[in-house]
Formats: sequence, structure tokens, C-alpha cells
Amino acid sequence: MEAVASRYNRTTNKIHPLKFALWIAMASITMMFGAFTSAYIVRRSAGNWLEFELPSIFFVSTIVLLISSLVLHTSFKSYVAGKEARYKNLLLVSFVLGIAFLVLQYQGWIALFNNGIDLKGNPSGSFIYVLTGIHALHIIGGLAAMVVGLLIAYTRKFKITEKRKINFDLTLTYWHFVDLLWVYLLIFLYISR
Amino acid sequence: MAEIVKYNEEELIEKQGFDDHFHEHHEGDKYQTSFIFKYIFSMDHKIIARQFLITGMFWAFIGGAMSLIFRLQLGFPAENFAWLKPLIGRWILMDEATGMGTLDPQFYYALVTMHGTIIVFFVLTAGLSGTFSNLLIPLQLGARDMASPFLNMLSYWFFFLSGVVMFYSLFLSTGPFSGGWTAYPPLSALPQASSGSGAGMTLWLVSLTLFVVSVLLGGINYITTVLNLRTKGMTLWRMPLTIWAFLVTAIIGLLSFPVLVSGFFLLMFDRGLGTSFYLSDIFVQGQALDFVGGSPILYQHLFWFLGHPEVYIIILPAMGIVSEVLSVHARKPIFGYKAMVYSILAIAFLSFIVWAHHMFMSGVNPFISNFFVIFTLIIAVPSAVKVFNWITTLWGGNIRLNTPMLFAIGFVSMFISGGLTGIFLGNSAIDIQMHDTYFVVAHFHIVMGVAAMFGMFAGIYHWYPKMFGRFMNETLGKLHFWITMIGAYAIFWPMHYIGMAGVPRRYYRFDGFEAFGQFTTMNQFITIAAIIVFAAQVLFIINFFWSQNKGRKQTTKNPWEATTLEWTTPIEAGHGNWEGNIPSVHRWAYDYGKDGNDFIPQIVPLSDKEKAEELHH
Repeated sequence: MEAVASRYNRTTNKIHPLKFALWIAMASITMMFGAFTSAYIVRRSAGNWLEFELPSIFFVSTIVLLISSLVLHTSFKSYVAGKEARYKNLLLVSFVLGIAFLVLQYQGWIALFNNGIDLKGNPSGSFIYVLTGIHALHIIGGLAAMVVGLLIAYTRKFKITEKRKINFDLTLTYWHFVDLLWVYLLIFLYISR
Repeated sequence: MAEIVKYNEEELIEKQGFDDHFHEHHEGDKYQTSFIFKYIFSMDHKIIARQFLITGMFWAFIGGAMSLIFRLQLGFPAENFAWLKPLIGRWILMDEATGMGTLDPQFYYALVTMHGTIIVFFVLTAGLSGTFSNLLIPLQLGARDMASPFLNMLSYWFFFLSGVVMFYSLFLSTGPFSGGWTAYPPLSALPQASSGSGAGMTLWLVSLTLFVVSVLLGGINYITTVLNLRTKGMTLWRMPLTIWAFLVTAIIGLLSFPVLVSGFFLLMFDRGLGTSFYLSDIFVQGQALDFVGGSPILYQHLFWFLGHPEVYIIILPAMGIVSEVLSVHARKPIFGYKAMVYSILAIAFLSFIVWAHHMFMSGVNPFISNFFVIFTLIIAVPSAVKVFNWITTLWGGNIRLNTPMLFAIGFVSMFISGGLTGIFLGNSAIDIQMHDTYFVVAHFHIVMGVAAMFGMFAGIYHWYPKMFGRFMNETLGKLHFWITMIGAYAIFWPMHYIGMAGVPRRYYRFDGFEAFGQFTTMNQFITIAAIIVFAAQVLFIINFFWSQNKGRKQTTKNPWEATTLEWTTPIEAGHGNWEGNIPSVHRWAYDYGKDGNDFIPQIVPLSDKEKAEELHH
């Protein structure tokens, strides 16, 4: 990766090419969820649509995810500032909060199920399972990146390098993205039940 | 006043070029050391391009051979096909009493489905844009490699894996998926709907999902490289049209393929988990299924939101290649460079708002159809701009009629013929008669299939020296061109007439219908033409592999006397493409026939006179 970094040095980029690539990937993911939510709208307008309350636990999970995002941001700032302990601890906290989000989403599914909304029933319920499920897959992707970050933080010697900084920055950007994506989905589901 | 530009290429790159200290780092050299890492798990864009090309050719052969089998069935439905038994085994049904072999109708559908899937995705998406984006983006922009060589390698191997899964599905005892390449539910959603809808469809979905991953990884890389790794002086408006085409293709792919994936996800849920996104009120063998409330139209919307941009993902790279080849071999600057770029952008934009013209007869609201008719017909405008610019590029040119040029001109011919029938089909009223007939088959095969193949051939013949350091045989190449050109029209021209008479596509045989009996000889003619054209492609494959060792050697760096950067690298370009500095760029890619010079490469600095003119503008 050092070699890759050197390859980029010759150009005067305002943005790191890998970060640029991540932005394109995020645009692509946005298109996918855009397709899901437009399919939702098209299907809802066709009638035979069961209306029900969203489980309130989804709002709790949202807050947990927002905090996780904020904590990771602070962790990144601490890393850049060279505050080793703070950076490590906050990274771990953010990771745990990410896991907690997934657990809460699962609780949300159970609440839905107990409410009589199962995957196989009316499409209005199926859509919620699909949207939350596929969003959860994207969260797992972010958590995987954080696992790598944690391994580096706790097993390697603390050093501020360009390579680690960009990798951390990429993880952070993606984590903010899946966070915002969930907020979008929640608002969407809340408004257009 | 004519002013002959004199320059020494190596000296120019040495003096004007950009020193990025690339070779001091030995970067990437470690994955160049062993055979496995140099040629198989390679991260060098030039090797990956060749991997895409050869895999694409393999699939083109399979997909083409499939079309021969179903063409035989359509041309000669009453013949004995027992001789095909060694090739496709029990898909030939044998009549014990008479010894007659007939093609299993179920397998006929599987062949049609696989032919479409393979050609559209594996050959014309991965084989075309995968090959030439990889080869040309770094070389024509003056980059050492792609932005992420590792993702680039992954992109190829996901494609390879997707191919393995699809290939495996051909050998299932229940056969591959057989519900058409568009995989409309309910045939694709209910495993019990047909024999290919079970395991065959599952593998089809897995394969295409892997394929989309490959396209996305590739596309992210292409866009990032084009926008971030251009050499000094290579502004966007100095890029060759090939690069513009690849850039826009990648953007379209990144925005449309994820939508296909979301459609696939919902399909997977319907198949495996019992949801009813696409299914409602279905009876299979008299038995009501408990799917309620879904709509197959929803799938069609999601599918065609990719499906329509997909045809531009196929045709735009071919357009880019053709623009470059026409200009080089006509020894003239491309006519209307900026108009070409803007029309690429216009086509890309419009491609996203016309998808429902594939669904005029699916029960979408006729008033909404009007909207899609208008935008569909507007696509004719940028398309016509491009066609006129190609023709005016040829006008008065000092044309070299070699094989790449012939294929490029053939592309223009095919694009016009196929494009004109698109104007018929874009009208929702005419579509009432034309939909699902051979007219549609003729239209999209000429404008998308044959035209894109011609663009690909033009590219292969033109950049073959860049890939293998040798030339392909010209005589065989010209033979290949003329047989393919005349043969392709012989195959698809008659289909227009058959289609206008209302003969539906995807039928197993027509001799049972009184109305279609008159077309028996025409169908035989088409089949014979198809066999001849396929034979010509075998000629091409032989030429391709024979020339790698026996073709005429490339002796100069720039055999076509082109202006672009890829011809300034050593003949056998190693990792990093340029040995010393990266060349820097001083002018656009189309300075042919300027001020008495036959051509001026992009690396040559502007003369004082040119500088004065630049200021003047």
C-alpha cells in the first residue's frame, strides 16, 4: 500500500483516489436502496397494503447507531492527534455500539413478528424485513472493516502513518454513510407506511 | 504555411515527461515474478485486459454455438437431429421406432435464454468494456496502472467465477434456466414453474449477482482512474473518445446494475422465503398457490431500469472504439469532437428515462407510455449526431481500408440499419403489432449485437499489436469481415419481414401454424446464413491464436501512425507501461493532417504558431 500511495503522489488530487472510489461505491449502494424504496412506493400505490405501526425499538437502535458514528468520528480525531489510549478505547466502543445496533434491529424484527407482521404476509411487512435485512448486511461490512481496524490498533505498535490514516478515514466515511442510510430508511418507512 | 514538425519521441518523453520515480520503488514488481502472479492472478491491467478478452471469446463461441442449434431447429424443424446426440446428449429426444431425434422443447428454451444471457452479459459487457477499458484507460491516459490493481484483479476473478457457475448450470440434470434472459417472474420465481426454474434459475441468479460485483469493482476503478490518474496535460477535453466512452459506460453501469441487484434480491426472497413481491393469484397444475398481492410488473420496472442502460453499456464502448479507429485510418481528426462527447453524455442521461418502452404491452398505463415514447425518440438525436460525425470524418479522408477500418465502417452501417428500426419500435402504437415478434429480434441483434461485435472486432484488429506485439493476418481478417458483414445482413434482414407478418419470437416451431408456413424457406435461408457466419468467426479465432506466434511482427512503436499515448510505450510494455518518465500531453488526440503534417502525437509540444492560434481563440 505504501507503493500505491507513492503512485498517487504525482497528481495534485484534492481527494485521495481510494476515497473517491469509495464515494462512487456509495453512490452505487444508494442506487440500490433507491430502487428498493421506489419499488416500495410503486407497490404501495397498487393497493392491498397493510398499514401498521413501526416498532419503537427501531428508534432506539437509530440513536445507538448515531452515537456509534459520533464515537468513531472522535476516535479518528484522537488518532490524528496522537492520543493513543483514547483512540483505541473509542474505536472499541464504536464497534460494540455497532453490534448493539444489530441486536436491536433483531429485537425490532421480533417485535414485528409478535405484532403479527411476518415476512410472508402482506408486502408492506415483507419490505420492512428486506430493507432492514439488507441494510444490516451493509452494517456487517462496516463492522468487518472495524475489526481490521481494531486488530491493527491492539496488536501493532501505535504509529501515525498515511496508510493507516486513509484506511481509517475510509472506514469512518463508510460508517457515516450506512448510518445516514438507516436514518433515510427510517424516515422513509415512517412517512410512507 | 506548411511547417513540418520534427521530433524524437524518446527524447521528448525524457525531456518533457513527468518523473514519478516509479521504477525506483519497484512497486508491484513482486507480483510480476512467478508465472502464476504474472499471467494468472495478475494485477497488471494489460494482462487483465487479455484475460477478459479471451474469456469473452470463449463465451462468444459457446453463445454462438447455442444459436446455431436453435437456428437448426427453426430452419429445419422436421429434420432428424440424432447426429447432435453426441454433443448435447439426452436433450435430443429419440423416437425408438423411427430413429428420429428431435430437440427437447424445454432445452430449446434453455438455449434461447442462455444465448441471450451469455452474449449480453459475458461477451458484450465483460468481453467488450472489460477488455478495452482495462487495456486503454491507463495506456491512453498516461497512467502506470489502474487506481487499484487489486480490485481490478478481483473484478476479473468475480467474472470468472460467475462464468464457472453459469457453465455448471448448463450440465444440470434439469437443465439451465429457460425462462428468457430477462428472467421475468413467475417463471423465474417459482421453482416448480418449469424444469429450468429450479436449480438452473438459482445458479443463474448466483452467477449474475457475482457478475454484477465484477462490473461494479471494474467500474469503480475505471471512473477513479480516468478522473484521478491522468498524466500532466491530459485535460478531460484532450482525452480520446474511447476514454470518454469507457468513463460514461462505467458511470451508467454503476448507477443501473445496483437496481438490477435489488430486483434480484426481491426475486430471491420470493423464491426462497415465500414473500409475494412479484407473485399473485397463481395456479400451478390446478393448484392455487398462497402468494397474494405481488406484481410481476414491479420486476419488469426494476429489470429494465438496468436493462435499457445496459444496451448503452454495450454500445458506447463500441462507439468509442469506432470513433478512434475511423479517425486514425481516415487520417483525419474526428469530426465534431465536442459534439461526440456531448452526445455520449446525452445518450447516457436519456438511457435512464426510457426503460418502460420495453413494457408497452405489459399493461403499463398508455398515458405514461407517451412520456417514454417521446424520450425514446429523442435518443435518435444524439445518435444521429454521432452517425453524421462518423460519416463526415470519412468524407475526403485518406482512407486505409484495412481490417479494423472495415469493421469500423461496418459498425456505422449496422448502427444506422438497426437504429432506424428502433424508431418504429419506440412508438407504443406500432408496438402493438411489433412487440414480441422477429422484428424486435432483428432490431436489437443488428443495433446492439452485430454493431457491438463489429466495434469489438475493430478494436481487436486495431490494438492487437498493442496486446501481442504482432499483427493479425490481413487476408483472413478481410475474409472474416466480408463474410460477417454480408452474412449478418442475410440473417437479420429477412427477420424484419417475418416479424412484420407477426411471427412471434421464442417459439419452438412454426410449421404447425398455417399463417407462418410461407416463411419456411426464409427460415431455412436464415439458418444457412447463420452457419456460414459462425464458420467465419471460427476463422477469426484461428487467426487470433495463430497470429500470436506467427503473425507479422510489430517493428515500430507506432505502426498505425496514431497520435495517442498507447503507441509511445515500448512494443513489449512491461509493468508500469513506460520505462522512464511518463509522457506529458500538449494537445488533443486528433491532430491528423494538420499544417502539412500527416499526424502530430499528443506528446509533441505546441509550435509557436499553434500557441499564437490558441491565444487567439
